[in-house]
Amino acid sequence: MDGPAGATRAEPETTKPQMPSSHPATAPEPAPKVEAEGRRAKTIEVRDVNLFYGDFHAVEDVSVKIEPNKVTALIGSSGCGKTTFLRSLNRMHELTPGARVEGSIELDGQDIYAKGVDPVQVRRLVGMVFQSPNPFPTMSVYENVAAGLNLNGSRVKKGEKDEIVERSLRGAHLWDEVKDRLDRPGSGLSGGQQQRLCIARAIAVEPEVLLMDEPCSALDPVATLAIEDLIGELKSRYTIAIVTHNMQQAARASDVTAFFNLEQTGKPGRLVEIGATETIFTSPSEQATEDYVSGRFG
Amino acid sequence: MQAPVDTPPLLAAPRGGPLWRRKLVNRVMTGLIVLAFVVALIPLFSLLFEVVKRGLPGLDWEFLTGTPRGVVGGGGAAHAIVGTVVITGVTAIISVPVGILAAIYLTEYGEGRLRRWLTFFVDVMTGIPSIVAGLFAFALFAIFLGPGIRLGLMGAVALSVLMIPIVIRSSEEVLKIVPNHLREASYALGTSKWRTIVKVVLPTAFAGLVTGVMIAVARIVGETAPLLVTTGIVDSINTNPFEGRMQNLAVYAYSEYRTPGVMKQASYDRAWAAALTLIAIVMILNVVARLVYRRYKTEIR
Repeated sequence: MDGPAGATRAEPETTKPQMPSSHPATAPEPAPKVEAEGRRAKTIEVRDVNLFYGDFHAVEDVSVKIEPNKVTALIGSSGCGKTTFLRSLNRMHELTPGARVEGSIELDGQDIYAKGVDPVQVRRLVGMVFQSPNPFPTMSVYENVAAGLNLNGSRVKKGEKDEIVERSLRGAHLWDEVKDRLDRPGSGLSGGQQQRLCIARAIAVEPEVLLMDEPCSALDPVATLAIEDLIGELKSRYTIAIVTHNMQQAARASDVTAFFNLEQTGKPGRLVEIGATETIFTSPSEQATEDYVSGRFG
Repeated sequence: MQAPVDTPPLLAAPRGGPLWRRKLVNRVMTGLIVLAFVVALIPLFSLLFEVVKRGLPGLDWEFLTGTPRGVVGGGGAAHAIVGTVVITGVTAIISVPVGILAAIYLTEYGEGRLRRWLTFFVDVMTGIPSIVAGLFAFALFAIFLGPGIRLGLMGAVALSVLMIPIVIRSSEEVLKIVPNHLREASYALGTSKWRTIVKVVLPTAFAGLVTGVMIAVARIVGETAPLLVTTGIVDSINTNPFEGRMQNLAVYAYSEYRTPGVMKQASYDRAWAAALTLIAIVMILNVVARLVYRRYKTEIR
């Protein structure tokens, strides 16, 4: 159900919260960068996945393919399981006591829940950025970005580490703002800067997929747009899935949109429809999708 | 529909009126609370005053550096000061790792019934009378080494029984305060659980852990009863916890009072001076704890 993706990105000056259907798809499909940095963004293939918290059935029968070098937005009303689903993609869901996953989730053909697979390894390949920026308070900006390397005990020489930190901070559009204060605590930055720091930290370990759970919901509109621009750039090197409450953001920043819905509280959430963002917002196939995107509920 | 009522005059506070009554009640309650506070503090200040008044004269250079002179008495408390430091040090070496590791288990790994039972027993242990801890250590060593034994180490074991539960409780509280989103950020980077604990959780909790340990140390540094039965009373400096009796400030104060030398008053003076020294040590530890806390605390949003 995923059609060709047109990049529905509008110019920052004219956009602001407008209805998505007024932005035609103009950019051609970006060619996936296969050789960039010797690492390729990978596909996540999800088949018949059901997610539970103990006996509570949270998400039901999801099958979806998250394409490389594209931004997939997961939208839907509160409590319908989008975040739960996202967290199952990097094996964070199971950290909640009693939580379990049924079904198959494959990263480039390898089942990440197979017996003998180390969840720590999976999380190195599938990175995550959280809703509230959470830099480590005991570490400086430099140490935060390098945390992925330091915490894993990898022996990286100082010079190489400096390079990685600079590259990640540049990649997150934060380098110029912090290059003179790399030794100061990470928590001293503004909200938008902290979130970009968390993004830099996530990309410093060179994951193949980047998951973002409402990364802009704690930020002001200017910072939000900066992060959305960043996401647009990052997709050329990573596979990105982003959960968002903000439909306009989904329309602005994503190529593919997946709509989750709850029939009723207490019932599990389902994936109702997935398709090119343009299509979902202008002519969705399901009535529920149509109702949600046109603001009739949610 | 009722006719609208006139707004009552706001500025008047007539005697017997509701505002006046409220003010009166407020003042009475404030007075009672302040009085209660003062009453609670009176014993503390009275104690401090007495100890300083009686201890200061005995606190001279000889007291701090000399050792007792023969049967006649006299001399100083250097052996007791050294003993206190050594015993407290060994106690800390035993209690801090055990306590903090146990707290880590209870916070990060423990689940269900095992955890609840452990927490319950830790709470029980915080209430153990100190003499019981002393007798336990005595019995333990008597089994292996014979009943006549007195060792610095025995005293440290007894004090550990008292100190470990305190370290566990305070460390547990501090570790629980570390927000979960920091652990998640670390896991999301592909970090294993133990590394997350060692490199993220513990550094974040560091200031609180140190404070908890300092407070636990302050609590046990003045214990007398368990040390009477385990480390005994001796007159010479002994720095080896694995051999022989060791004197300690609390026990020294007791023995100087109980069995004073020929010059009674001098002995009593020394007892008071020992008490003053102990209080000074506890105060210093508390001050250091506060300084460490302020220097190392991490502001968690």
